[in-house]
Amino acid sequence: MIEDKPPRRGFRPVYLFLAIPYAVWVWPPFYNRVSPELLGIPFFYWWQMLGIFITALCIVPVYRWQEGQKGGGRK
Amino acid sequence: MSISPVTIIVFALLFAAVALLGLLGSRWRAGDLSQLSEWGLGGRSFGTLITWFLLGGDLYTAYTFIAVPALMFGAGATGFFAVPYAALMYPLLFLAFPRLWSVASRHGYITAADFVRGRFGHRGLALAIAVTGLVAVMPYIALQLVGMQVVIAALGLDWTVTLPLLGSVSLPLLAAFFVLAAFTYTSGLRGTALIAVAKDLLVYITVLAAIIIIPAELGGYAKVFAAVPPQQLLLAPAPDHNLGAGFAYVTLALGSLLALFLYPHSVTGILSSSSRHVIRRNAIVLPAYSVALALIALLGYMAVASGVNRMPEYAAGFKSFGNNFAVPALFLHMFPHWFAGLAFAAIAIGAMMPASIMAIACGNLFTRNIYKEFIAPDCTPQTEARMAKIVAFMAKLGALFFVLELQTTYAIQLQLLGGIWICQTVPAVLLALYVRLDPRALLAGWAAGVGLGTWMVASLGFKSSTYPLHIAGWTIPCYAAVSALAVNLVLSVVLTWVLKATTGMQTTDSTMAEDYV
Repeated sequence: MIEDKPPRRGFRPVYLFLAIPYAVWVWPPFYNRVSPELLGIPFFYWWQMLGIFITALCIVPVYRWQEGQKGGGRK
Repeated sequence: MSISPVTIIVFALLFAAVALLGLLGSRWRAGDLSQLSEWGLGGRSFGTLITWFLLGGDLYTAYTFIAVPALMFGAGATGFFAVPYAALMYPLLFLAFPRLWSVASRHGYITAADFVRGRFGHRGLALAIAVTGLVAVMPYIALQLVGMQVVIAALGLDWTVTLPLLGSVSLPLLAAFFVLAAFTYTSGLRGTALIAVAKDLLVYITVLAAIIIIPAELGGYAKVFAAVPPQQLLLAPAPDHNLGAGFAYVTLALGSLLALFLYPHSVTGILSSSSRHVIRRNAIVLPAYSVALALIALLGYMAVASGVNRMPEYAAGFKSFGNNFAVPALFLHMFPHWFAGLAFAAIAIGAMMPASIMAIACGNLFTRNIYKEFIAPDCTPQTEARMAKIVAFMAKLGALFFVLELQTTYAIQLQLLGGIWICQTVPAVLLALYVRLDPRALLAGWAAGVGLGTWMVASLGFKSSTYPLHIAGWTIPCYAAVSALAVNLVLSVVLTWVLKATTGMQTTDSTMAEDYV
């Protein structure tokens, strides 16, 4: 009998960064509005475009943490 | 509609140059192209930069560049769901898909169905995944050809030839088809990757110019947004006891992003990278394309503000292609002649490149998971590669036939269904990277999800994929892929539990936990 689940290494708080992008979009009533406008662009649009940058930036700390783990001898 | 010869000449020159690049691709980092992993995965050799171009070109297709602004143009804010979709897929890519790369490279898997075959040892489930992929990606190829048709029409190239079986065929479309078929056949994924670089550079130039020049001519972004009908500028407010358009918006993004990387052409793009680190790094840099996509979506509003749909010179185009003509008309109206040529070349090449990788993915899937699995189990690697090349050609021919003989609306409807079907492979492919459910349960869940999803869209007359659920007095408008997936998941989990209790777990898993990291 093979236990095929990958080994669990406990919860790492750094992975919470990956939940932030989903939080940006999970509640439409928050961003479904016109004001405040930015350079004439309604909030609905510039907020979501900002969300793309937030998404990319939130992956960076997790990436760096994983790289650090490799240096630390694991794997 | 009179088109400047300058536009056509710039378009033709760029198109020819890029086609040549694709044909020369076989010599680039040349490998033994009689091997399937060399032809169909570029020898798993692409580094961070090439993968960035390849996946970027693969995920953001010409059809996207035409259809997303068309949706904004016609329906307003709802069309912007492409932005959360194109952003939120990256945390998922970062977390899950390096695992797929690792297990695939360790076991020599070329397709998602290969992985399912190895992970579950169940031929039926692997076949279901392969067929889902094939059926979902075919109309996608057809839509790339539709994108090409729109460009050809915008250029006013209305020469046709009459062919047996096909009837009257646009000559430029036929030429583009043969270029596509030729470089795919000879160069495989290497040619596609080279074209991706050229295509993306053209796309970025076009987008940059468009977001600077067009709003400036229209009097600024405030004017552009002011031209949008107020009721379309935001999602419709939710009525009582209804979760409203906001919920539909979020589920559309969620269902689309879950499906995206499970499409055969995405899997091909991911597995062709040279290491799992390439995928992780790309999850950080690929959102650059999402920014471009958001700006492209706004082109739909610029088209509204420019009033191209009311100009007599574009009436014929709108009549033939509907809202899909909004962006080409905007380019013709706003850009200098030579630059319109460049922009159209970007779209046309942006159709060729994903069509090529989709056809390659079809070739890989059919050969590995149907031909080798069921028809000729002991075929040589050379036969395997040759078979894939032939299938890739047939897939494109099928798409061409589809576009010419059937109405475009069928391709659009099938593509809509395709997204829903692909989403039903989440438990057997994506989830299987972490948890192994019982293959029989997964097959039942998949069948239920596909059936239910198809039924929901059919009951909406294939016009929409947002099916309103009625639960406890509430109306919940939900993307059918997501509600079908929920049923699929619950069924898969419950049946696994039941089967485990009654017949014991099937353990024919040829992968091990270490294979995934």
